[in-house]
Amino acid sequence: MSTARSNRFNTFAAHGALILYTLIALFPVFVIVINSFKTRKAIFREPLAMPNSDSFSLIGYETVLKQGDFFLYFQNSMIVTVGSLFFILLFGAMAAFALAEYRFKGNTLMGLYLALGIMIPIRIGTVAILEMMVQTGLVNTLWALILVYTAQGLPLAVFILSEFMRQVSDDLKNAGRIDGLNEYTIFFRLVLPLVRPAMATVAVFNMIPIWNDLWFPLILAPAEEVKTLTLGSQVFIGQFVTDWNAVLSALSLAILPVMGLYVIFSRQLIRGITSGAVK
Amino acid sequence: MSKPSNTRPFRWHIVVFLAPAVLVYTAVMIYPLFNTLRLSLFTEIDQSRVYVGFENFKTLFGDPNWSTQFWNALGNNFWFFVIHMLVQNPIGIALAAILSHPKLRFAAFYRSAIFIPTILSFVIVGFAWKLILSPIWGIAPGMLDMVGLKSLYAPWLGKEAYALTTLSLVSVWQFVGIPMMLIYAALLSIPDEILEAAEVEGLTGLASFWKIKLPLILPSIGIISILTFVANFNAFDLIYAAQGALAGPDFSTDILGTFMYRTFFGFQLQLGDPHMGSTIASAMFAIILVGVCVYLFGIQSRMRRYQF
Repeated sequence: MSTARSNRFNTFAAHGALILYTLIALFPVFVIVINSFKTRKAIFREPLAMPNSDSFSLIGYETVLKQGDFFLYFQNSMIVTVGSLFFILLFGAMAAFALAEYRFKGNTLMGLYLALGIMIPIRIGTVAILEMMVQTGLVNTLWALILVYTAQGLPLAVFILSEFMRQVSDDLKNAGRIDGLNEYTIFFRLVLPLVRPAMATVAVFNMIPIWNDLWFPLILAPAEEVKTLTLGSQVFIGQFVTDWNAVLSALSLAILPVMGLYVIFSRQLIRGITSGAVK
Repeated sequence: MSKPSNTRPFRWHIVVFLAPAVLVYTAVMIYPLFNTLRLSLFTEIDQSRVYVGFENFKTLFGDPNWSTQFWNALGNNFWFFVIHMLVQNPIGIALAAILSHPKLRFAAFYRSAIFIPTILSFVIVGFAWKLILSPIWGIAPGMLDMVGLKSLYAPWLGKEAYALTTLSLVSVWQFVGIPMMLIYAALLSIPDEILEAAEVEGLTGLASFWKIKLPLILPSIGIISILTFVANFNAFDLIYAAQGALAGPDFSTDILGTFMYRTFFGFQLQLGDPHMGSTIASAMFAIILVGVCVYLFGIQSRMRRYQF
């Protein structure tokens, strides 16, 4: 009897705590988005009210779409993120396969060398990276960003993918070898399809930090035509800092694509984290 | 098992598989890293690069103009880290402990919702909080007024005494999802038999958390601590987005990342100096290396791991 009551109380307290924290987590996003649909007066008079027929206005979005080149920024971010993910997954899976499948001299050493970058942030090398990009003429191109993010993402990708590739059955690969498949076909046709879930995990882990990064776009690609969405909105907001409608709309527009990606991939992301892929 | 043996001809495919990753990683990450360490030993005189040994480090630690800025940034960075350890990680652990309760309903919803701030960019987070805390807009004072605490309000981001702590808490708000998820995963991996055995012995609820679960998730807490350390000591974006490169008011929110950016790129009247920038980067590298070594050799190797 008493345990049942205390259980009910505990459940109540648990939901209370979680609801409170959920509100704290979502409140700022909610405030920004609802106010982006209001007139300037309404934004200041009643910041917490929902927009109604009286206060509804899209003036902020009009300013943003007229003044800022958000479609271009969005496209740049897309190219950089998708390009980097492609190379991280392709090169990472190839290296992981070599480390997991073959015994050769220096295998362990190579694994350790590639794992170094998991703990050491690539930002430390920024000065020399910029110098190199200037010398090779890659500065202010999307390639500079793709290369940097690929290098940054590879260590963890190799680490996670090689763990998974060790679990692919040897019998399957050997059957392929007996059938006369060469090592490349075995990798691309037999092994890659089997580690697709792990590839998805790696992709989701890398996607958000790449999309959101401000440091490298600011330093390697600040030119107007190669600005990413993160840098573009940062610069735009800096210029329009007194135009609250425009700032709130720009923030909402920047939130939108990430939220979209999150809704699509959240299950994958959460499963990836909770499956203990990152140890 | 027909693993290829050493008597076979040279296996080129291994090279082909490894080459792209190793090349990109070496050329864009490892080589620049060491090149940056090397550049910290040079300076520019009359537009040519001159080797000066440890002069730059002497300037950084000896010249009061530099050393006050460096120690200020380092001290602020430590405070930033301390707040994450004291606020972010305990909240994350508490949320995970509640979420991992087997009969809890809507757990997936709470989990996804609490993780949302983590996926937003620093630019969004920085500006959104700047607007919310701004005295002009009045959301923060208005909400405090509702609970009768309006007198507590201050323009936190504009006051030297509060700005750094406020920004640290904003960063905690953003990243609490990561410790929550990792601890949640660790808690789920504890086998039911252990918890049932504890229950038979009379340990339930909070007692079972402190005596059984917490010791079992210590390795995960260790990983979270080192991840927090590395992330905090190369943080930059949030401070830059909210306070700009000058890390105002009066450098009170300056951390190593913003200090390095200002030095390397220059701001207002000061010209950018890649060599001093490299020197600061080398100092950051040393700090992160020390932290990682303390974790690997001091903490992780002594921690008992349980295999289920």
